[in-house]
Amino acid sequence: MTTLPTPDTEKQNDAVNATQDTSQEANVDVSSVLEESHVLDVLDKLDEELVGLTSVKMRIREIASLLVVDRLRRTLELTTRPPSLHMSFTGPPGTGKTSVAMRMATILHRLNYVRRGHLVAVTRDDLVGQYIGHTAPKTKEILKRAMGGVLFIDEAYYLYRQENERDYGQEVIEVLLQVMENQREDIVVILAGYKDRMETFFQSNPGVSSRIAHHLDFPNYTIEELLAIAHIMLAEQMYRFSPEAEKAFEAYLNKRMEMPRFSNGRSVRNALDRARLRQANRLIAKGGKLSRMDLMTIEAEDILASRVFTEGIPENEEKAPGPEMHEQPK
Amino acid sequence: MTFHLTQGTFSHLPPLTDDEIALQVQYCLDNNWPLNIEYTDDPHPRNTYWDMWGLPMFDIKDAKAIVFEINECRKAFGNYYIRVSAYDRTKGRQTIALSFIVNRPEHDPGFSLTRQESHDRVIRYTLRDYETDKPKGERYKS
Repeated sequence: MTTLPTPDTEKQNDAVNATQDTSQEANVDVSSVLEESHVLDVLDKLDEELVGLTSVKMRIREIASLLVVDRLRRTLELTTRPPSLHMSFTGPPGTGKTSVAMRMATILHRLNYVRRGHLVAVTRDDLVGQYIGHTAPKTKEILKRAMGGVLFIDEAYYLYRQENERDYGQEVIEVLLQVMENQREDIVVILAGYKDRMETFFQSNPGVSSRIAHHLDFPNYTIEELLAIAHIMLAEQMYRFSPEAEKAFEAYLNKRMEMPRFSNGRSVRNALDRARLRQANRLIAKGGKLSRMDLMTIEAEDILASRVFTEGIPENEEKAPGPEMHEQPK
Repeated sequence: MTFHLTQGTFSHLPPLTDDEIALQVQYCLDNNWPLNIEYTDDPHPRNTYWDMWGLPMFDIKDAKAIVFEINECRKAFGNYYIRVSAYDRTKGRQTIALSFIVNRPEHDPGFSLTRQESHDRVIRYTLRDYETDKPKGERYKS
């Protein structure tokens, strides 16, 4: 060994100095990373546009923070393995699982976790083939489309049929597991479905459950949250409630929530759509000149005419997917 | 100097590395051009009909998926020429926008030039790939 400082030893000294320095001064700037990625914008928008769901939002914030910290660590050459971000969203119908998944894709893209940030939403039909040997290529095709983005499998429990062990759904699960494990940096898989059925699904497929790091549960909305959702939906379509209509709608929701097949946000949307129909009918019947206000305002009578108040289940609600109403896919 | 077949968009460049291929593929996808992989062991410049590797790939957003297929094709046809073509379906074009070779056989002896004496001292030229003398499937085996 010579006493002359070779480039290598110099580098080592630098490294030692660097680690000592970190205790004294901050070498990375959290705010610059946050600003650059615009992740706060997305999180704020999430807070603003999605009512309630505090636990879900909390978890998304945690994930976002972890990814920011990971990026900071990488700039200081602290090795980090990319975290596993496969998720399962469970909850009753209409609680915003798909909406959150869409936002998830944007957030992960902003944080450079996925390269493209698009969402491919599929159900059993898109993955399972019709004959032997058809399933694996079909699933791989979908996976290729989702590369660099998020694959959202709605009603994932249909992939597994307990009663039929020769069902091709099992093949899909095998292909999925392989990709979820080996290509973490290329694809994020989100499974969604109703809670009880997802639980049986995970019980019979422990491999799937253990590869999913984040199990997010979406709770039912409270009446206040549902009203807030209604207001956002109306504002989006440039409608408004009259004060009486507001009270009528609350009464409507209270009645509707007791009835079977209530599907949260989706039921609110359906109810509003029907109120718009009745408003249009009322305006036509009235005739004459209409002001801008007339065209925008939904009155109490538009809501009180609903069949919920007279006999029960409203007319269009059959289409709303409740767990027991689901048509079994092929 | 060994023979180096030149065809397509980047014919003036040395062969692209895998990273460069991925970047070019991503460029095509960003332009909304579906991609297609083809292979042949008859790379005569006038042979435009190469065999297709699977179907043209629509609806893909990320280069990784295409690179995966390129590698699959290389595994199956390592000693063939493989090219990637991007199809521009926007109005008024409906044609190949970009096409480049992504795989070459290890050893290609190149073409022979045949001169045919014709009437009045006219000479007709023919390009002939040395390897196409062998039957299909037997070519470019080093």
